[in-house]
Amino acid sequence: MSLASSERSAPFLLTGPALMVFLGLVIVPLGMTVLLSFYDWGQYKGIVPEFTLKNWIEVFTDSYFFEIFLRTFRIALLVTLATMLIGVPEAYILNRMSPAWRSGFLLVVIGPLLVSVVARTLGWALLLGSTGIVNQALIGMGLIAQPLPFMFTETGVVIALVHVLMPFMILAVWASLQRLDPQIENAALSLGAGTLTIWRRVILPQIVPGILSGAIIVFSLAASAFASPAIIGGRRLKVAATLAYDEFLNTLNWPLGAAVASLLLIALVLITVGSNRLIERRYAQVFE
Amino acid sequence: MSHLVLDGLTKRFGSFTAVEAMDLSVERGEFVSLLGPSGCGKTTTLQMIAGFVPVDSGTIRLDGSDLGPVAPNRRGLGIVFQSYALFPHMTVAENIAFGLEMRDVPRAERDARTRAAMELVGLKGFADRYPRRMSGGQQQRVALARALVIRPALLLLDEPLSNLDAKLREEMQGELRQIQRSVGTTTILVTHDQHEAMALSDRIVLMNQGRIEQIGAPDAVYDRPASAFVASFLGKTNVLRGTADGRGAVAIGDLVLALAGAGSGPVQLAVRPERLVLAEQGLGARITSRVFQGTHWLLGAESAAGPVMLMRANDGLPVPKEGEAVHLRFAPADAALLPGGVSA
Ligand SMILES: Nc1ncnc2c1ncn2[C@@H]1O[C@H](COP(=O)(O)OP(=O)(O)O)[C@@H](O)[C@H]1O
Ligand SMILES: [Mg+2]
Repeated sequence: MSLASSERSAPFLLTGPALMVFLGLVIVPLGMTVLLSFYDWGQYKGIVPEFTLKNWIEVFTDSYFFEIFLRTFRIALLVTLATMLIGVPEAYILNRMSPAWRSGFLLVVIGPLLVSVVARTLGWALLLGSTGIVNQALIGMGLIAQPLPFMFTETGVVIALVHVLMPFMILAVWASLQRLDPQIENAALSLGAGTLTIWRRVILPQIVPGILSGAIIVFSLAASAFASPAIIGGRRLKVAATLAYDEFLNTLNWPLGAAVASLLLIALVLITVGSNRLIERRYAQVFE
Repeated sequence: MSHLVLDGLTKRFGSFTAVEAMDLSVERGEFVSLLGPSGCGKTTTLQMIAGFVPVDSGTIRLDGSDLGPVAPNRRGLGIVFQSYALFPHMTVAENIAFGLEMRDVPRAERDARTRAAMELVGLKGFADRYPRRMSGGQQQRVALARALVIRPALLLLDEPLSNLDAKLREEMQGELRQIQRSVGTTTILVTHDQHEAMALSDRIVLMNQGRIEQIGAPDAVYDRPASAFVASFLGKTNVLRGTADGRGAVAIGDLVLALAGAGSGPVQLAVRPERLVLAEQGLGARITSRVFQGTHWLLGAESAAGPVMLMRANDGLPVPKEGEAVHLRFAPADAALLPGGVSA
């Protein structure tokens, strides 16, 4: 082998092992799932490897699926908005704290990530149940007469997901806040800007890329979340991920489940890549 | 009445006193430098004037009125930060116009003043550039234009040139001085660079550990340092030990000089290397080192009054070699009497 050709093949050889893992564990199963979604299925005949668009037509035409996908993205959108509303100010406050306080609070913020999804979500179930602490406190304070239904509702799912996904928003925004010039607020102040103007005109535009990348992460994780919707949403309040799970494991209609999973994946990829493009184009000249 | 008056200005961080009882008067149009080693409280002083750091005690008066109760965004001061702190998401023109926008200056006037400011700092044609796409020197000019365009009562500069390379810094020094002269804005510059302070200022305020050591014109402070700290911080200096006889004469080794105010007993004198000259007689010394520096020789010597350095112009005449015994002298006017006896 000549030197030139060995030099050319070096990158492939070096990335080879990682590439094999990626191919074997991600790309191949993904391809098989997509392939599966074009197979036929019947109650008695099982999976038949015959090309059909039946599953896709069903997913796109049955209002049942439409409703579930709508709910999935509604929940994901609400979760994203809530994490933005809470996470952006929280990251800002965190960034202004003295280092000693900050490391403590950072731990609190990242806390949810350190606890297993199931334990955390069961905790929420205990809090939000009809005899849970939240309802008992509200009734005890005389604010409500009947317990509020949190369990098996979208509200409950949104609350739990906001809690779980908040760290991703906060860390993304915090990273962009740390890139700000420490004197930038003083500079705006000296030029006559008030607190609100400084936020709107100086801070916010500079951290928008951070907020948006946080939003993309939170949105995709919320839309594909399984554990929280499964435990808090329960059987009846299905989202795309729990729907696919049910089709696979309860109905045993794998091809239909595969179509649901593929559609969720495609929709998410389109949404994230699309918004990423948008950010990059919008902020290219300002932030290299 | 002075334009800006600091009266007993004090700032503590916990038990640490960053600025202690600082008194200073600055005249209208004056260019004053706060000069001192890192950590001596220069930035803190500037930030108290700007209103970013609350004052613990003392007052700041601008044209006779107390700035204390005035919020930092109402003080109308122009500030250039060490990092420039430009708004990276705004173009050069938007950066410069920001202060005018905050003051609700009408569009047409805003544009005209922005353009004039860009011309003043030599940034014509850069209006639509983003700061990230500019060199350090250009960013510095944007920061200066942004601060000046609001016609500030005071221009505060915090180490504005320290991020530039040496050659550019020298260029910008000249330009900064010329711009300040042309607009006439009262300016306070914070720097730890003695050459910068001496090149730019009408007066230098020498600070050390939160206190003012000396205030004066650059040449006055350089020639007549009020303390050993000033003498050693500003340029190279020799501190010579001598004895005063109480009748106005001071003996430094074999050299006897008439010096008013020397009192009696041991004294310390600061003498600049360029004011020490070789002579037939005087203070006995032995040359220990000899370094050629182009325009002059830098000679090190061990004298009866302590180690000294002197400059010898490269005038073609023979220069003493290492180990050679020489005599040194200086004019009484070239010696500054340092307070505090021989303690230092
Ligand atoms: N926010 C602060 N908290 C505690 N100490 C501070 C703070 N700001 C400045 N200091 C201290 O005050 C002293 C003076 O700081 P500064 O004014 O920035 O010095 P300079 O600008 O002369 O280098 C330094 O010792 C610094 O550590
Ligand atoms: Mg400083």
